[in-house]
Amino acid sequence: MNDGVNGVALAVFIFFFLAVTVMGFLAARWRKAENEHSLDEWGLGGRSFGTWVTWFLLGGDLYTAYTFVAVPAAIYAAGAAGFFAVPYTILVYPLIFTFLPRLWSVSHKHGYVTTSDFVRGRFGSKGLSLAVAVTGILATMPYIALQLVGIQAVLDVMGVGGGENTNWFIKDLPLLIAFGVLAAYTYSSGLRAPALIAFVKDTLIYLVIAVAIIYIPIKLGGFDEIFADAGEKFTTTGVGGLIPAEAGQWTYATLALGSALALFMYPHSITATLSSKSRDVIRRNTTILPLYSLMLGLLALLGFMAIAAGVKVENGQLAIPQLFENMFPDWFAGVAFAAIGIGALVPAAIMSIAAANLFTRNIYKDFIKPDATPAQETKVSKLVSLLVKVGALVFVLTMDKTVAINFQLLGGIWILQTFPALVGGLFTRWFHRWALLAGWAVGMIYGTVAAYGVASPTQKHFGGSSKEIPGIGEIGYIGLTAFVLNLLVTVVLTFVLKAAKAPEGVDETSPEDYTADAGDPGVQKDLTPVH
Amino acid sequence: MSQAPEVSREPVVTPVRVVIALCLIAPFVAMLWVGSYAKADPAFIGIPFFYWYQMAWVLISTALTMIAYQLWQRDQRARKAGGAK
Repeated sequence: MNDGVNGVALAVFIFFFLAVTVMGFLAARWRKAENEHSLDEWGLGGRSFGTWVTWFLLGGDLYTAYTFVAVPAAIYAAGAAGFFAVPYTILVYPLIFTFLPRLWSVSHKHGYVTTSDFVRGRFGSKGLSLAVAVTGILATMPYIALQLVGIQAVLDVMGVGGGENTNWFIKDLPLLIAFGVLAAYTYSSGLRAPALIAFVKDTLIYLVIAVAIIYIPIKLGGFDEIFADAGEKFTTTGVGGLIPAEAGQWTYATLALGSALALFMYPHSITATLSSKSRDVIRRNTTILPLYSLMLGLLALLGFMAIAAGVKVENGQLAIPQLFENMFPDWFAGVAFAAIGIGALVPAAIMSIAAANLFTRNIYKDFIKPDATPAQETKVSKLVSLLVKVGALVFVLTMDKTVAINFQLLGGIWILQTFPALVGGLFTRWFHRWALLAGWAVGMIYGTVAAYGVASPTQKHFGGSSKEIPGIGEIGYIGLTAFVLNLLVTVVLTFVLKAAKAPEGVDETSPEDYTADAGDPGVQKDLTPVH
Repeated sequence: MSQAPEVSREPVVTPVRVVIALCLIAPFVAMLWVGSYAKADPAFIGIPFFYWYQMAWVLISTALTMIAYQLWQRDQRARKAGGAK
């Protein structure tokens, strides 16, 4: 790695960073509504976003800086196994096509801001809603921390991250500044800020990928050459390979399926979805969002290019930034770094908003201050969004990076355990609320214990996310195994509880709420949260 | 589903809806059956089969989702028109 600071790249990076900062603060005035002190306004952008804004927002939200760094890094380290991200994102869209429009409708009818709001309304259970909220917050926090890891990787390669021996304050100052700015405009503009910045982020990302995928293979002598070099590396090191071996195929498939099921359980995906202005916007989006999957696939191939280009880094996260630095002229490397850096800001902002909404709606209002006014809710949400970000920052600065990655891995397993309550609840009222709660608990415990027991060459615990599936004997994604267990427990207990005539709880929704669209009676464009 | 004649609903499962379901299920079958594509040949401009095949499925599944979306919209419009009579 270069020791010196890459001045040109840094200047370009700072230019873009300043530009989005200005945009972030101006966003508060974009499509401003009359009632800015409601959570709908701050936390869901007034629920007014059309197809394209939603597309950018979701894209900016789901394909994070960490994705851009981690997916090619996984390919760089292990080859084919890291490519599961592509089938994963393919499977996401048929899934959301099926269930998200229903969530949109019922949320608009009843003024739900979070998934926990819906679960409480559907099953009449504050306990279940609390479980979903806590899981959401726990899973989101390390995700935010990982966005910082993404920024750090870029700063490191530019030479401003500082070496091991620089004073910690100087070393972390750029990160502190970046985060301070992010926190300030999220606080003042809410969801509008990341929505506007997402335009810049995605334009930059698409530009960088398009250039990288044409320019780098030409410089390296074509894809034949690249894959030959990569194949050679995998055979000499004995780790990974170009094609998944027979034994790795279960892992590959279960990781793809489990991750696809989990993605739209994350609070930040739901926040971006609920901010759209009609049911149709969501379905239409499932037909244009795969453009990002294509980009992700191309991006993943950069991992092989890094091998072929002879990039040698100990920390795999640095492979792609380093590849850019080696291959591109300085100014364009700056553009690429800006793309990754801004790519971290957008999801970090949305995630902190989503976590804050969960806290406000499902912990603060349900358990601490039931008579909170919308203005108070918004105030609490804003403060919590700050706290969440500070927490993530402390996490990254004080603990080893692997801790954040371990927790992110656990977060994926955890969040998948809210699937039966949420998606199950969207289609049927058959499940019993206590059974869902018990299933959730079993899934959480199994997933955590199983992940704790996975060792890797470098770590004793949390060494990976796959383990032998009990009863099948193949290696599979722990999250999916936990999910199946969760579902089994839920179904069996539902039978038992129904037989025992346990109280069902009041369902405040009715069947037609799930298909209501903008313009139907009772569906207001801009709902103030019910109080 | 057909107790009350007044509601006069068409059946829930119609051929169109079966096609929609197939469009949405196809990507799952194709992608989860890893054994069907875990091979290097035939390569495309130097990219092993394993990689370009999955990327091709991004496009195929997009096309399938679009078809599902169009069919669903037509289905809903038809139902609304039928219900208005």
